[in-house]
Amino acid sequence: MKNLWLFFIAILMAYPTYAQNIEICNTCAISTLKKAISTAKDFDTILIKKGTYKEYNIVVDKPLTIIGKNYPVIDGELKGEIITVTADNVTIDGLFIINVGTSYTEDYAAIRVKRSKNFVIQNLVLEKLFFGIYLEKSRDGKVLHNKIIGDAIEEYNSGNGIQLWYSHNIEIEHNFVQHVRDGIYLEFSDDCLIKNNVSTENLRYGLHFMFSNNDIYQDNTFEKNGAGVAVMFSKKIKMLDNIFKENWGTASYGMLLKEINDAEITGNTFEENTIGINIEGSNRIVYKNNNFINNGWAIKVRGACYTNSFIENNFLYNSFDISYNSKVNDNVFDKNYWTSYTGYDLDKDGIGDVPYRPVKLFSYIVNRTPETIILLRSLFIDIIDFSEKVSPVFTPDNLLDNNPLIKKATW
Amino acid sequence: MLKILKYSFFDLMRSRWSYVYFAFYLLLSIVLLFLNNDLSKAVITLMNVIIVLVPLIGTIFGVMYYYNSKEFTELLLAQPLKRSSIFLGQYLGVAISLSMSLILGLGIPFIFYGLFKSNAIWDFSLLLITGTFLTLIFTALAFNIALINENKIKGFGYAILLWLFLAIIYDGLFLMSLILFEDYPLDKLSLVGTMLNPIDLSRTLILLKLDISALLGYTGAVFKKFFGTGFGLTISFIMLTIWVILPVLLIVIKSKKKDF
Repeated sequence: MKNLWLFFIAILMAYPTYAQNIEICNTCAISTLKKAISTAKDFDTILIKKGTYKEYNIVVDKPLTIIGKNYPVIDGELKGEIITVTADNVTIDGLFIINVGTSYTEDYAAIRVKRSKNFVIQNLVLEKLFFGIYLEKSRDGKVLHNKIIGDAIEEYNSGNGIQLWYSHNIEIEHNFVQHVRDGIYLEFSDDCLIKNNVSTENLRYGLHFMFSNNDIYQDNTFEKNGAGVAVMFSKKIKMLDNIFKENWGTASYGMLLKEINDAEITGNTFEENTIGINIEGSNRIVYKNNNFINNGWAIKVRGACYTNSFIENNFLYNSFDISYNSKVNDNVFDKNYWTSYTGYDLDKDGIGDVPYRPVKLFSYIVNRTPETIILLRSLFIDIIDFSEKVSPVFTPDNLLDNNPLIKKATW
Repeated sequence: MLKILKYSFFDLMRSRWSYVYFAFYLLLSIVLLFLNNDLSKAVITLMNVIIVLVPLIGTIFGVMYYYNSKEFTELLLAQPLKRSSIFLGQYLGVAISLSMSLILGLGIPFIFYGLFKSNAIWDFSLLLITGTFLTLIFTALAFNIALINENKIKGFGYAILLWLFLAIIYDGLFLMSLILFEDYPLDKLSLVGTMLNPIDLSRTLILLKLDISALLGYTGAVFKKFFGTGFGLTISFIMLTIWVILPVLLIVIKSKKKDF
């Protein structure tokens, strides 16, 4: 009998902590998300049914799971921020959020996560936004399967798709970001994993790193952005198996590296970019097994780049393979495949017997006088390139691939 | 004129050189396709070959034909025929037979290789169009040279020099002037410079297709407008047409005044 009493007491005490379902719809007793959050208890689930909810400044200050059924619309009516998460363990799933307010003094976001842990933000569709998902001083969260479609026209009055600021250990996977300023932006954010995202047609960068270390980005596609990926002032970043495509324009790069140290760039494909990789002040980077196909410049080295190594890459049909603006070279090129290599392989070991010089005289001339680009592929240019190849005067004479491959590198 | 055209055309069609020319292109495209195993890459290599070789062969052939058929021309001149129709007929006969060798020689292997199913067909047609234009232009220039010079050796010399100048020396001078005046805005100058040389013009047309990503790297607004839109393509074609019309007109004028 005593045990039974104890059992009942235990159940009564446990009752408040049971997760409950709260449903909201346009005709229910609870018809707004704000009201639902204020009545909910910790660890409750809020189910939002299909409909349009005109709300903004919604603060999620309890560990809740908010799930939308059939993509209910949360319309911020351009008045400001829409959802702000301040509690730990919050899940937001399946909402269609539109009309985030634009401000020049505050970064209004569709969803802002502030100083929280263990959050999950997934299956959202964001449109007509200023900032999309903004993670601020948060950690251990996940941002999965979101679709962010902006309508940015100018850089100064548009925001970023997914922005991380002082946020660590975040997983960003399977997101689709389009037409914003920076697709994904990491500032002071370490140990993040960015995987399988597609970031296209953004005004500035598809993905942007600033002062962020030890991050990995993998299997992403960056297409038709102002510049594909900008990695700046960061250390130990791994860039694996990404695709950089059709980033065209006067200041467009597949990838822009500035002040990057000890990074690893492996298995990426750079296709039809004006500049495949633009490198400035970057040291000890290993470029391995990348494909550079049909770019204007596959790699443009701007200076202050030391002890980088380029090993087993394929340089296919680029207008220029490598461009240097100085005569000093401290980088290693080895065992790459170059389509413009004209040497032979007498001993049939798959490695050309004559070293290859990837820097042409013409690329030096174009660096100096950009208008001369109009003479590209002229017979005269081929002749002067040839004579420079025989006896280098203007290009670094120790810049050689001593073991150029005869057949395309495979891995 | 048509009769003379027909006569020159069939005369050339029977001649060994047309077959050699045809066979050369046939062999070239077969080898390229065989080596590259990729249609679009073969097109790229062909483009490089065409902008150098077609003008050379056009010039040599034009001069050669004129001198070889000189006696026949003199016979025709004795007949009640318009001078312009005699020379235009001969010119068109040469130009058309050369273009045909080019188009068939390149076209047949590519068609067998599956051109119509590939998306390189536009690049390829552009290649053939540019090739034909270059043939028309350089044969006309060659006829002009031959009309001016009675001396065969001199005529050949000038013809080769013309080719050498337009294919190589012009670009060298062009490059020098660009580097010399690099402190000034040069984008207009460089575009005008290309317009003035048919070989450069055809090269630009090809660049617009192939190296567009590199060309868009340059910041000049004029460049961007030229390369970024259909504008460049249109202007280039108009200029090529002008380049055909001018020397042909010159042939007509020269032939009227010339004392045989």
